[in-house]
Amino acid sequence: MSATDLSRLRPMTCEQSHLTRPDGSASLHQGNTSVLVAVYGPGEVKMNKEIIDKSTVEVMYKPKTGLPGCAEKFQERILRNTCETIIATTLHPRTSIDIIIQEMQNSGSLLACCINAACLALMDAAVSMKCLVAAVTCVIDSEGEKILDPTDKQESEAIASFVFAFDNRDFNVITVHSKGSYTNEQLQSCLVTCREASVSIFQFYRDLVTKMVEKNL
Amino acid sequence: MRETPLSNCEREFLLLAIAHKKRIDGRQVYDYRRLKISFGVDRGCCHVEMGHTRVMAQISCEVTPPKQARPTDGVIFLNLEMSPMASPSFEPGRLSEYGVELNRILERCIKESRCVDTESLCIMAGEKVWTIRVDIHVLNHEGNIVDCASIAAIAALSHFRRPDVTVSGEDITIHAPEDREPVPLSVHHLPVCVTFAFFDQGKYLLVDPTEKEEKVMDGKMVIGMNKHREICTLQMTGNMLLLKDQVLRCSNIAVVKVAEITEIIQRALEQDSKARSSGKKFGFAESLQKDKVTINEMDEMVVDVKDAVDQAREIIQNGEKNAVSEVADKVNMKVTLKGPGTGQIGEGGPSTWDVDEEDEEEMHPAAAGRLTGQQLRGTAPVEPVVLSGDSEEEDTVTLLSEHLYTEKLSVTKLATEGINLSSAIKLKSKKNKSLKSGHTPKKKRTERTS
Repeated sequence: MSATDLSRLRPMTCEQSHLTRPDGSASLHQGNTSVLVAVYGPGEVKMNKEIIDKSTVEVMYKPKTGLPGCAEKFQERILRNTCETIIATTLHPRTSIDIIIQEMQNSGSLLACCINAACLALMDAAVSMKCLVAAVTCVIDSEGEKILDPTDKQESEAIASFVFAFDNRDFNVITVHSKGSYTNEQLQSCLVTCREASVSIFQFYRDLVTKMVEKNL
Repeated sequence: MRETPLSNCEREFLLLAIAHKKRIDGRQVYDYRRLKISFGVDRGCCHVEMGHTRVMAQISCEVTPPKQARPTDGVIFLNLEMSPMASPSFEPGRLSEYGVELNRILERCIKESRCVDTESLCIMAGEKVWTIRVDIHVLNHEGNIVDCASIAAIAALSHFRRPDVTVSGEDITIHAPEDREPVPLSVHHLPVCVTFAFFDQGKYLLVDPTEKEEKVMDGKMVIGMNKHREICTLQMTGNMLLLKDQVLRCSNIAVVKVAEITEIIQRALEQDSKARSSGKKFGFAESLQKDKVTINEMDEMVVDVKDAVDQAREIIQNGEKNAVSEVADKVNMKVTLKGPGTGQIGEGGPSTWDVDEEDEEEMHPAAAGRLTGQQLRGTAPVEPVVLSGDSEEEDTVTLLSEHLYTEKLSVTKLATEGINLSSAIKLKSKKNKSLKSGHTPKKKRTERTS
């Protein structure tokens, strides 16, 4: 396997607005990993969670089997931090924006898929955002090779794994989540690789919206 | 979040339409909505769409000790999650009354109808059995969750494969799916629930109510049945009274509907197994209709990473150049050891808790007062506690330091009567032992305070 073979994003499919109750919904399939996200908001917020000058962003992550536990709460935290950065919360004070994420299938790079799907659902719900976000996973295997968008087998055998989320204006880093031990050089080269990959994901978002609003199909 | 309540004019319109045997979505009275069943890549994952209502079920298995009362039976555990995604009124966490009712109906339909053979789930009697866990998630609530969920559960149970087990004497080997082909569960029959909604005290009947119709109905009846015309569960809720022949009429309708639905389930299972065995792609992504405007596809994208390593090296070198000057400023970091296990770097600053200037002054004389008061007993400048005079019930008593000290001495006397500290104190007195035990600690204590 040469270095170029491993720098590939799996095929992506996305569907928006297929749930009728939520304000916005999106289901994203990256390879075999599938995630379904629904967004309600801006809407009514509970008194104890009200913030007087901003909107409260709440994220609920539901795993496929079992009851949600600490690992799920940690994922919710990461997603909430990412979404709070991109949503223009000061436009809707004393409201709440609820993002509910349902795992449908986990075949590797689940967190990145969740972040991308959340961005698509927020777009579908027409929530005001400062920028869009695209997340990419990169792992370093036992031979020191970088693998982009790994499957669950590749992820479990990796020495270090990174999830980087970028915005689409200046390609700054919004979120970094890493596991394992790695050198500074490895971190920086993974970051550069993921930044390149995020360009194609933003193009995917653009194509999706163009398809929806174009007059001629 | 609260959901939008149904307005009165909508309610009246619905009831009037139903009285004329018309439904808002144009269906006939006994018609079901379009049913679509798709399976995921994982075994035991099923997604059912009934009109706009969507439910997903996932089966998982685990080896556990069996229940005490049934040592040779496996366990089936069913959990219906009313996800807040499905409706803004569903709260995360504890199930509402409605959720508990639906959970119970599904449990009766799937567990107590014995559609899955639990005896075949036994590995070693009394010690190890399979626990099959059925997690059902409601994704979109547009009416009739029970039917959709029962279809999803039973389709997922038929789709699921558990790992193969071999028992030889006392050794149990659970084979990984790569070593040996996983084994299907033994499903005897496919029970499906059919919901009937009643209006106007049982005069009008609708099958498969939508969410709006559910809001205006008087009551509902759920019949769980399989294609062999066996009723597995029957439940009626709501404030209405039904006649005997209405119940029979409903069960006859249910027979027809269940036969159709069971056909659809079996066809979907066959399609999925054909796709898996012939090597074609399967899973949720494949089951989407690709020609919709709201769907976008992107094939594998290749990313150019030739310059990545060079760029990374540049970034690190630039970063190091800037970092060196910063580090030089921080050289004055010394660690002072304050004692075993305690080190200190730098000095702490003043307290940053908001303390008003006037409060500070009040605190200081009071603190000084407490210290001197102990030395000059009786002339304690501790400020008396001022309570508002609004309380009519309580008697306020202000304790001065004299009261405190007399109380304190007697308290110590009482407390130390039982304690024999003579061994710790090296006094050679030949007085009564009881006095010694009670006396000397008191003496010590007063010494400390003076």
